[in-house]
Amino acid sequence: MKNRDERLIFEKSVSGRIGYSLPKNDVPGIEIDSVFPKEMLRKAAPELPEVSEVDVIRHYTKLSQQNYGVDSGFYPLGSCTMKYNPKINEDIASMDGFAQMHPLQNPICSQGSLEILYKMDQYLSEILGMEKVTLQPAAGAQGEMTGLMIIKAYHMSRNDEKRVKIIVPDSSHGTNPASAALAGFEVVHVPSSESGCVDINALKEVLDHTVAGLMLTNPNTLGLFEEDILKISQMVHDCGGLLYYDGANMNAIMGIARPGDMGFDIAHLNLHKTFSTPHGGGGPGSGPVGVVKKLIPFIPAPVVEKEDDYYVLDYDRPLSIGKVKSFYGNFSVVLKAYCYIRIMGAKGLKEASTAAVLNANYIRKMLEDYYDIPQNRICMHEFVLSAKKQAEKGVTALDIAKNLLDRGYHPPTIYFPLIVNEAMMIEPTETENLETLDAFIDAMIDIAIRAGEDPQGLKNAPKTTYVSRLDEVKAARSPKLAWGR
Amino acid sequence: MLRSPYIPMTGEEQQKILDVVGVKSTEELFSAIPEELRLKEDLKLDEPISEYELKKQMQGLVEQNFDQSWSTCFLGAGVYDHIIPSTVKHITSRQEFYTSYTPYQPEISQGVLQATFEYQSMICELTGMDAANASLYDGAVALYEAVILASRYTNRNEVLVARSVNPEYRKVLSSGLKYSGIEIKEFGFYHKDKTDNDSDSSRTGMINQESLEELISENTAAIVVQSPNFFGIVEDIKTVAEKARNAGALSIAVCDPISLAILESPGSLGADIAVGEGQPLGLPMSFGGPLLGYFAVKKPLIRRMPGRIVGETVDSEGRRGFVLTLQAREQHIRREKATSNVCTNQALCALAASVYLSTMGKEGLKEVATQCINKSYYAYKSLVETGQVSKVFDSPFFREFVVRPEVSPQKLNEELLHDSIIGGYDLSGEYPELEGCWLVAVTEKRSMDEIDFFTGKVRNICQGGISVEE
Amino acid sequence: MEVKQGLYYSKEHEWVRVEGDQAYIGITDYAQDSLGSIVYVELPQEGKAISRDDVLGVVESVKAASDIFSPISGKVVEANEALLDSPELLNGNPYDNYIVVLSIDNQDELKELLSPEQYDEYTKGE
Repeated sequence: MKNRDERLIFEKSVSGRIGYSLPKNDVPGIEIDSVFPKEMLRKAAPELPEVSEVDVIRHYTKLSQQNYGVDSGFYPLGSCTMKYNPKINEDIASMDGFAQMHPLQNPICSQGSLEILYKMDQYLSEILGMEKVTLQPAAGAQGEMTGLMIIKAYHMSRNDEKRVKIIVPDSSHGTNPASAALAGFEVVHVPSSESGCVDINALKEVLDHTVAGLMLTNPNTLGLFEEDILKISQMVHDCGGLLYYDGANMNAIMGIARPGDMGFDIAHLNLHKTFSTPHGGGGPGSGPVGVVKKLIPFIPAPVVEKEDDYYVLDYDRPLSIGKVKSFYGNFSVVLKAYCYIRIMGAKGLKEASTAAVLNANYIRKMLEDYYDIPQNRICMHEFVLSAKKQAEKGVTALDIAKNLLDRGYHPPTIYFPLIVNEAMMIEPTETENLETLDAFIDAMIDIAIRAGEDPQGLKNAPKTTYVSRLDEVKAARSPKLAWGR
Repeated sequence: MLRSPYIPMTGEEQQKILDVVGVKSTEELFSAIPEELRLKEDLKLDEPISEYELKKQMQGLVEQNFDQSWSTCFLGAGVYDHIIPSTVKHITSRQEFYTSYTPYQPEISQGVLQATFEYQSMICELTGMDAANASLYDGAVALYEAVILASRYTNRNEVLVARSVNPEYRKVLSSGLKYSGIEIKEFGFYHKDKTDNDSDSSRTGMINQESLEELISENTAAIVVQSPNFFGIVEDIKTVAEKARNAGALSIAVCDPISLAILESPGSLGADIAVGEGQPLGLPMSFGGPLLGYFAVKKPLIRRMPGRIVGETVDSEGRRGFVLTLQAREQHIRREKATSNVCTNQALCALAASVYLSTMGKEGLKEVATQCINKSYYAYKSLVETGQVSKVFDSPFFREFVVRPEVSPQKLNEELLHDSIIGGYDLSGEYPELEGCWLVAVTEKRSMDEIDFFTGKVRNICQGGISVEE
Repeated sequence: MEVKQGLYYSKEHEWVRVEGDQAYIGITDYAQDSLGSIVYVELPQEGKAISRDDVLGVVESVKAASDIFSPISGKVVEANEALLDSPELLNGNPYDNYIVVLSIDNQDELKELLSPEQYDEYTKGE
């Protein structure tokens, strides 16, 4: 186990030290006490740390060394598309001319930024096969919420108020039902069939005139393309519902197939997955939402439009669902994704999806003799294996994950989707080379063999990290969520 | 096959993989996709370009942008042009932070977990609350989540919102709540109006306590007040919190984090939930995103908080460590019964805020807040002294104030652009009762020279002496 | 998994112990075992009127939060506040630690609950 300085920044504080450098207060000073009544003023200053600049840098540098990023190594976290984040994107996004722009400036002096938003609407519409894209949602979950509100607004605009149900497959991401419930819908789950796809007969049973829409991830969370997608979209449309595309898995099919052509009416993308923008340790992301023509009136306002050669913000959209987030979304994330699309081009995006699918199938094939793979056929950009054989020996998916840590890898997503026991969801992405895949495969095989021979030996991992397994029960039973409280 | 700097696979390797997988071609990999759905042509996107060409193109594009590195900004209205210390970018540019994902594997994520725990602690220090979450998308979304929490906690379905809460927040709130069954009722603020005589209470710019009282009922889930409010005026959170408590409702205070270095914390004033925008804490304005929504609560509400939360614990050998906690009510476990649909937070922005607050420290943040007050009061006084703008409100303000210039704010702003000045916010659109009023923000970044130049220009423009030919 | 004699059981894995016109309600050994380490229990307010199948409270573990659906109708006479500080009591002795006491509205509802034998059989099929 590595040693680590356990102190918080607060515990490194020494009264009298400063880390800031500010201009002098060069205006005639005023007495704060004379401006504000006493009861408005703070009695005790907030206990922020008193540290020097060097202390700040050392503290956070040490913390960073206890963290693992895509640049550190292989990160096959299924459903999260942890691909490499090109450095040029970061450079462009931090240019003053983009970063130091106030959102409420007169559009006459933000034409450069507005052009990025306008072009991204066009690019993403083309990639999705949709008519228009809003860039406002800050992440996938907010994109879902936006899409569901559009569905609601659409049915309401037609006085079709009975449509209260949203159907989601049992393999869906948890955000799908959570977003649907928040948007005021009743959630109906449909089971997956033996083949891991939507059970058409079960779907038929729940389709009626109260259905507002169906949410689907395609390829689904098992990494399988819904082969009956055209039939599904026909069935949903026939009963008057709309189809929502959860774009979490778009990295499998860029330039190969488009949700719009499959019959989807609304689709969100995760720019932080498919379009190479960094995940930032859990945000900021960006979750643009595309719609077909009949739904354009309902998308969030404002919308960037082009009048002659001039970009304007159109707020006059009476049917719009309104705003889902301040201003125009996570602009700098959108900008990074723009850079990615410009460098990749159409052929590059297609190549990325193809390579992502090849890599996933390679790992699947190489591991099939060692792990149970419930749907062992050609997968898309990810696949799900089950550690149930190992679990019988007492080595769970969690144990395997912790052993991968000691071997220098970020583990796959575990225990999702919920419909597979001891699930491990592996998504290598296209940005990994063959040597990396081979080394990971060797590590997985080695763990599988040891699970047979010496299961107990795998229970103590990780041993090489800064901390060992943490007590989550203690954390949740008596939560300590802040220093000094 | 096409080569790309981001795709290491060679043609030979592709063939090797195809052989292992047992398919003849890459097309065969996609045979599960119905033939008629498979694209026969390339997507219609712009031709790819190199890194260097992209950089050149982007330089051309930013020339059409009027950014704050060479202009002077007096615009605020929720997003502010503050000084950002160099430490922030250096730390947030460390790949271990920015290229990592949500810390699902705590053993290799202590960096982001501890940094988030420290961020939560700093937010608690500033707001005087008992716990904070790991952040939400922005201040507006944080307010929406706070209202949802209050409605579920009280089992009531009306929320009373001050009209002096940032209009952007109120828009996000109203679209978010449209189908939730929660009704929004707005109450006003004291302002001078043409019909009423000049009584003292008529122009404070603070919330109208009587109209608030009229709206309070047994259906009231929460009362929302912002301080400093959208006009920069410091509100009486304490009275609002008392009213909410007496009605069995929660009080939600929207507060600017920098102001809290000097102003009494919402926690001490009795608020149940504090939310707001963390952008002033070391984040560039970025054309409005990403921003940083902070969210903090008093103890009884801790287990109701939405989003990610980091807690302290110990590892198997008793060493201090940090984990994501209180996740059992979140979407990935509870699905449609979840507290919220939020999945990610704004981790990197929260990290930026922690680095900012550590760098500024106890003294520095106070200095920033003090300079904001000094400089905004100086600008206010200078503007009024020109005789070309009149006072609108007469209450203490923080960093931002409202005046009514002799010419329309729109005209004024257009003229100021000629001198590379981004003028204030035109209140006419969102507040018909403040037609012709101008909201001006002055941060610690503005020097006395810049303020004097600005004031002089405003005087000239109002007097008709327009600086540049039309 | 222990199934105690002398109690009524629900398919939602709650037990009911009747004392006069009052019912003590808790979760079964099976329930605590499948939840894992319990970290928090949310209790209803005393005096609250509850209908059958209403949510009485929530039991949370690290990996799940589970609603407690009331097996019968009645008014909350008492909530076991010891669980607020020590939720782990439900893991240790699920049958000795009730969650709430209800005054029974309708004795007939008890007849629809499972006997220990029936419940034992039921959990084996789950």
